[in-house]
Amino acid sequence: MDERPPKTPDKSRTHDPALTPRGTPRQPPLDQVDPDSIHIAPEMAIAEGDVRTAEEGGYVRGTSLWRDAWRRLLKNKLAVFGLIVVAVITIASIVGPTIIKSATGFAPDYIPSSDAKLIKSFPPFTGPNGEFSWTHPMGTDNAGRDQLARVLQGGQISLFVGVISTLVSLLIGVSYGAVAGYVGGRVDNLMMRLVDVLYSLPYIIVVIVLLSMFRSQTARGQLVLLFIALGSVSWLTMARIVRGQVLSLKNQEFVVAARATGVSTPRIIFRHLVPNTLGPVIVYATLTIPQIMLTEAFLSFLGFGVQAPLASWGSLASDGIQNIAIYPWQLIFPGVTMALTLFSLNFLGDGLRDALDPQMRTF
Amino acid sequence: MVRFIIRRLLVTIPTILVVITITWVLIKLAPGNFYSGEKRLPAAIEKNIREKYGLDKPWYQQYGRTMWSIVRHGDFGTSLKYEGQSVNTIIARSLPVSAAIGILAYILALIVGITAGSIAALKQNSRWDYASMAGAMLGISIPNFVLGPILVLIFSLSLYWLPPSRWGGFPSRNLILPVLTLSAVYMAYIARLTRAGMLEVLRSDYIRTARSKGLSEKDVVVRHALRGGLMPVVSYTGPALAFLLTGTVVVERIFALPGLGNYFIQASLNRDEPLIIGIVAFIAITLLLMNLLVDIAYAFLDPRVRY
Repeated sequence: MDERPPKTPDKSRTHDPALTPRGTPRQPPLDQVDPDSIHIAPEMAIAEGDVRTAEEGGYVRGTSLWRDAWRRLLKNKLAVFGLIVVAVITIASIVGPTIIKSATGFAPDYIPSSDAKLIKSFPPFTGPNGEFSWTHPMGTDNAGRDQLARVLQGGQISLFVGVISTLVSLLIGVSYGAVAGYVGGRVDNLMMRLVDVLYSLPYIIVVIVLLSMFRSQTARGQLVLLFIALGSVSWLTMARIVRGQVLSLKNQEFVVAARATGVSTPRIIFRHLVPNTLGPVIVYATLTIPQIMLTEAFLSFLGFGVQAPLASWGSLASDGIQNIAIYPWQLIFPGVTMALTLFSLNFLGDGLRDALDPQMRTF
Repeated sequence: MVRFIIRRLLVTIPTILVVITITWVLIKLAPGNFYSGEKRLPAAIEKNIREKYGLDKPWYQQYGRTMWSIVRHGDFGTSLKYEGQSVNTIIARSLPVSAAIGILAYILALIVGITAGSIAALKQNSRWDYASMAGAMLGISIPNFVLGPILVLIFSLSLYWLPPSRWGGFPSRNLILPVLTLSAVYMAYIARLTRAGMLEVLRSDYIRTARSKGLSEKDVVVRHALRGGLMPVVSYTGPALAFLLTGTVVVERIFALPGLGNYFIQASLNRDEPLIIGIVAFIAITLLLMNLLVDIAYAFLDPRVRY
């Protein structure tokens, strides 16, 4: 691609053999080529793409990796479904509790203490006297608190933990993998051997020990502990992915050029290499969020995670299971909301993987 | 091969010691003590307790003593809360419970997962494919602590078919719901892995050769495709075991089963230090040995793998 063929003012758009490398199969005129097919045969894109110029017609909109991926994502119905559900649940979790409070007066932690008759668990869509009512679409919990408000607020915490912990793992994993891949040699060997060893550890067991031993007095403190614990055990795969990417990038011309012009090593790693690994990193991060949310729920379910007065889907389900025989809705609503969210996030992650990095399909 | 096994064992043993050390350090660094409760103990009693458990000694002597008795005698000491019971007997008693659920769940997952995954791959983009992949995604997304209670709600509390909880020995009807709950996720993963592996293999040259030399479709699939297509499933066994262990923790809690996981949670909540260290060490050993076995199995199954 070093020698660009000269631009031609050829408006007839016929196939000009002089401009294409030998062996290139005859192609239809470029404006009739489906832009997507270019990515099926990249060598064709190189051969033909170089001679495309703006004056040849309107079909030369630059297709960046991202715009392309976005279009492929939109073609994937399941991924779009996932995207919409995740967006709806996220927005509902953020604004929902406030709306419910202004509509019915039930804040997530509001216990109707004025009337003892109200301090009990009502089934969904049921008022105090067993009549149909819109006040509590998901019923109430043992203390008469509105389930819907609690589930939405729990969603805030669950999503928050998922995103922040993923960011923590992203930070560690990307730096670790990029450094190991770029420095290479014995350092790389040592760093990746450590990852192998950590991989084989029962990390969740160690996390339980950590969380139970350092149990914080405040709910906020426990949340911070959770971020650190979850983030610091889920960066291993990210480190491996980034290292692999960096290994394949580090001998390319742009890195050699950067080194030749005297760019410092940290700057090469973080300004030149890391941005180029973004595709797989985003894909894997999207798939990490549901995993971390699941782990958080698991820990909260066992009583090591989010502490009262804060609640997450896991701790709500944990409360609900106590009364499963009498008040099944206390478990079903947080549980099903969580399952739906994870389901959608997984589909979105799968779709992103197919769109951004079709080669990474492992399963 | 032998050199590989020896080298791996040489890495495994220090790893186990590191896990034990990390656990020990976490416990020692944590504020408070196992005997410190709501009330402050009188100074004399506290002194006695500290002497009895060797807490008056400097940390390196405590560490040395713990590690020595583990390494030299395989003895993790006596539980602090289950009085008079050694950690080893508790593990020996609870292990069969966890192992029964775990192994049954993994076998069930293998059978259902490989079947569903193969069908999905052989009939790619058919209704079967979509149905099993949607089912697999559902299995991955429903947390087991949601699935378990819902199964209980349906099969025990509404239909009265199966007991809702408790250990009933082996084999017994009590095992059905815990095993189903535990295996759901693995079924899903194995189905997805099988499908991906099979799809890749079915496109390969040697399958085309097998077909073109006139083998029946059944022979092609069973004798040629499955063997190559199941490699990802084999390499998933290691991680699966790790997840299976954490899964049993939840399942044992839900169904009130006296397994390792349940004891581990109790120990963590009670701060039963020797029991925590014992169970963590035991789990680490199991996990590392299983990973080693998986790697060896891999080398046998795939002639391209050389160590």
